[in-house]
Amino acid sequence: MTDALPMRPATRDAAYNFAYLDEATKRALRRTILKAVAIPGHQIPFGAREMPLPYGWGTGGIQVTAAILGPRDVLKVIDQGADDTTNAVSIRRFFNRVAGVATTTDTRAATIIQTRHRIPETPLREGQVLVYQVPMPEPLFRLEPRLAETRRIHALADYGLMQVKLYEDIAAQGEVGSSYNHPVMVGGRYLMSPSPIPGFDNPKMHRMPALQLFGAGREKKIYAVPPWTEVRSLDFEDHPFRPVRAPHACSLCGSTGSYLDEIVTDDRGGRMFVCSDTDYCERRR
Amino acid sequence: MRAAFADPVLDAQGAFRALLHAMSHPGRVVALDAAPDAPAPLMPAAAAALLTLADAETPVWTDAAGEALDWLRFHTGAPFVADPRDAAFLLATGAPPALDALDAGTDEAPQEGATLIAQLPALAEGRGWRLTGPGVEHEHRLAAEGLPPGFAAQWAANAARFPRGVDVILCAGPRLAALPRTTRLAEG
Repeated sequence: MTDALPMRPATRDAAYNFAYLDEATKRALRRTILKAVAIPGHQIPFGAREMPLPYGWGTGGIQVTAAILGPRDVLKVIDQGADDTTNAVSIRRFFNRVAGVATTTDTRAATIIQTRHRIPETPLREGQVLVYQVPMPEPLFRLEPRLAETRRIHALADYGLMQVKLYEDIAAQGEVGSSYNHPVMVGGRYLMSPSPIPGFDNPKMHRMPALQLFGAGREKKIYAVPPWTEVRSLDFEDHPFRPVRAPHACSLCGSTGSYLDEIVTDDRGGRMFVCSDTDYCERRR
Repeated sequence: MRAAFADPVLDAQGAFRALLHAMSHPGRVVALDAAPDAPAPLMPAAAAALLTLADAETPVWTDAAGEALDWLRFHTGAPFVADPRDAAFLLATGAPPALDALDAGTDEAPQEGATLIAQLPALAEGRGWRLTGPGVEHEHRLAAEGLPPGFAAQWAANAARFPRGVDVILCAGPRLAALPRTTRLAEG
């Protein structure tokens, strides 16, 4: 990896306002983010702007990052745990250009970590902010397509529908069917989508010392989990939630505790398992 | 007319991060790096919070008058309202309005609950209220001088109607602390 140490460019591109967005948009985002922190797990609509990349590439996360980012921040961006994929590199370069902000791949050195679908293996600390890119913020959308109705369900905390879905999974398959994007209860009040992180990462959200912010650009929603907040994966007493990982050691670093990606190595069934978190894996080798 | 933020973009960003840190860690007293030189009786932290968050889209109520009101009006561009219930943001330089007299949002849209910015003579950590709830690891202590005597009871009533409710930002000079509606407050 080329930028393991914090890297700062000489100047930012002055043709853009700092961090790309105009100040009125940032103010609206900032008001939304503060209310999201005050009401943990509650989705708040916001006026998502068109960004210079398509929906599905992290426009929600980018807008949240742009609203909070300052010149002294150190930004890390991961895509499925990796710092070196196209999406992560593009977003890092984007903020490097429009905000002149230092970037890093080191989880420990970052003040803001924007992520697509993973929580880093290295435990986060107080003062760090984890920004999730969220494709579908509504945890009930496969069960209840009407947004007006899901708003009412959240208002009444009437989440029986989701419990029934979990029950049916268990009755039909003997286990809960969602290996990723498994819904959580935040602060004992709101049902929340953790974004499509693997169930393996769900327990890391519980009482995390870092602030967690979630941005959905296409669906135009922001929500948050403050530090030290209760986050419980939805389950039953007799069928407790079990985070799953492939029962192997990482082929590169030997880790038996990290989340693994399965990589096909040839066309004869060969495969290997490696850490999804590239920063964690490289540090252990 | 006095100037507002020296650097409107970066000073607003710095003030927002202070507010975000305060709201994420209820009762933590956070100092602002760059606060505006606002006319009396506005305190730097309170003025900075309103400059950072309020604009033409947010109705604001304040008890400030004269030069201070003109300054807020000019620099935020916000519509100022006479009835506290109509405001999204309230800046109280004196005794703040009762919490149950403010917009608490609805069960479906609790985010419409107001934000009250209150100016106090002093804020100190390590004594006073015992705060618990999201954002607090075990317990955090905050002493806020100058709030009306019934504030703790008002706050309990505010917390009881969660997710509806009002969020409070307490300011003393260039320092501030926040009480999101989730915070439980026990008198020390």
